[in-house]
Amino acid sequence: MATPMVKAESVHKRFGALEVLRGITLEVAPREVMCLLGPSGSGKSTLLRCINHLEQINSGRLYVDGTLVGYEERGGRLHELPEREVCRRRTEIGMVFQRFNLFPHLTVLENVVMAPVAVKGEARAVVAERARRLLDRVGLSAKIGAYPNQLSGGQQQRVAIARALAMEPKLMLFDEPTSALDPELVGEVLDVMRALAEEGMTMVVVTHEIGFAREVGDTLVFMDGGVVVEAGVPREVIASPRHERTRAFLSKVL
Amino acid sequence: MERGEGHHPEEIRAVPLRRPWRWVVTGCVLVLAAMLVRSLATNSRFGWHYVGTYFFAPPVLHGVGLTLELTAASMAIGVVLGVTLAVMRLSPNPILSGASWLFIWFFRGTPVFVQIIFWYNIAALYPQIGLGIPFGPQVVHGSANTLVTSLVAALLALGLNESAYYAEIVRAGILAVDHGQIEAAQSLGMMRKVVLPQAMRVIVPPTGNETISMLKTTSLVAYISVYELLYATQQIYAANYETIPLLIMASLWYLVLTTVLTAGQYYVERYYARGTSYAPPPTPLQRLRRNLRPVRVPFSSPVR
Repeated sequence: MATPMVKAESVHKRFGALEVLRGITLEVAPREVMCLLGPSGSGKSTLLRCINHLEQINSGRLYVDGTLVGYEERGGRLHELPEREVCRRRTEIGMVFQRFNLFPHLTVLENVVMAPVAVKGEARAVVAERARRLLDRVGLSAKIGAYPNQLSGGQQQRVAIARALAMEPKLMLFDEPTSALDPELVGEVLDVMRALAEEGMTMVVVTHEIGFAREVGDTLVFMDGGVVVEAGVPREVIASPRHERTRAFLSKVL
Repeated sequence: MERGEGHHPEEIRAVPLRRPWRWVVTGCVLVLAAMLVRSLATNSRFGWHYVGTYFFAPPVLHGVGLTLELTAASMAIGVVLGVTLAVMRLSPNPILSGASWLFIWFFRGTPVFVQIIFWYNIAALYPQIGLGIPFGPQVVHGSANTLVTSLVAALLALGLNESAYYAEIVRAGILAVDHGQIEAAQSLGMMRKVVLPQAMRVIVPPTGNETISMLKTTSLVAYISVYELLYATQQIYAANYETIPLLIMASLWYLVLTTVLTAGQYYVERYYARGTSYAPPPTPLQRLRRNLRPVRVPFSSPVR
């Protein structure tokens, strides 16, 4: 069997006295789309941020593509990685945020071009060409010279996806990508994500869009109180949840 | 135009509200202004011709030059050291942030005038200054009196004092950057290239302020005989006793210089406001160009 793209082994994460993740164990295979579902405060976003090492885990092990996240194991002990190495590993993981977080002082094209040039040292012309292709793919080739503030939320989020893809990541993390959008703009972002999934991108998606989870997701993981309550094929979990908590949650959002 | 029911109601022509006190105050201001103008024109003790005579005198121009150099050099010291202090202050290491806090506390908490005199007299505290291994032998050393001239003392005092203020400005700028921006930059493996330009938007306006303030503060070093604008002025009126005309001349020079700096700041601010919802207003040049255009472009589509 191929190396899982993400592998979590009883991952714990505390913020002070508050334990947000209380032993998460899961695996995401290459080309798999996993949707994380759960009430707010259940730890879904924290798990996503741990995968990208934006947060440091307190115990357990977390691997991306077979490599330990944020640490190196030498002589039976974990060693913190130098920042440069953490950055290098992050470049292999794309992340899309709820609040888009586009760089407001740069144009759409510059937002997409910046990181591959600055971090991976690629030639500007090559990246610009790729950026144009990506922006065309998310349907925004007409907005190349605009600043983020001149775009709608849905357009901004599509630029954010193009920006993450420009780094040519092997894994994409989505942290509630449509939660900050007007209802009529949700569809355009989900369409882009669906197309990405069809091309075989490995994706972990924190979402409240049950429809998306059912149609695009390969696995659905329901989290509550920092643990995985239930996981399985989305259609089955949604149609016949085995757990009372899953049932209660789904009855509210469906 | 009119469609549907009813006719267009007639235009309202109300009797405007009377504001007599506004007229009274306006009258007072005009009378005071007239008195001032008359006094400026008729009081011969203003000595306007002295202002004119000495405005471009070589010692004054030399003083203006040194004032500008002092301002630029002190600000350069202040900015470089201030950025360092701000980064130290934000460090998780308690020794680094503590040291930065102590430095800022001291140099912001004592008057800059006292600091100027202090540095000028540093030889009384350390007669010999040298470079070498800490607690070990010295490689080079010299007399503090020859090393710390009045100009060096002025630069040390103004630069160090400024760095304490500037550190807080930079820290505020860095803290003002949205945390989401930092995370987005991190997720792409970047950091500095995203945070600094955005912090600059917050840092630039107070930097202009500080530069203008510094330009005027340099006049304090006249006390330790640094040949800047005020000292040059004092030298002249010490000889001819025309104190007021020469102080007016110096003030006019300071006004000219601060006005130029203000204009410069306006353009730098515009640059760093790119992409913000606050669309910078057109520059005087842009406005002129637009007004000279033969066909007026409708204002509905502002230039972004």
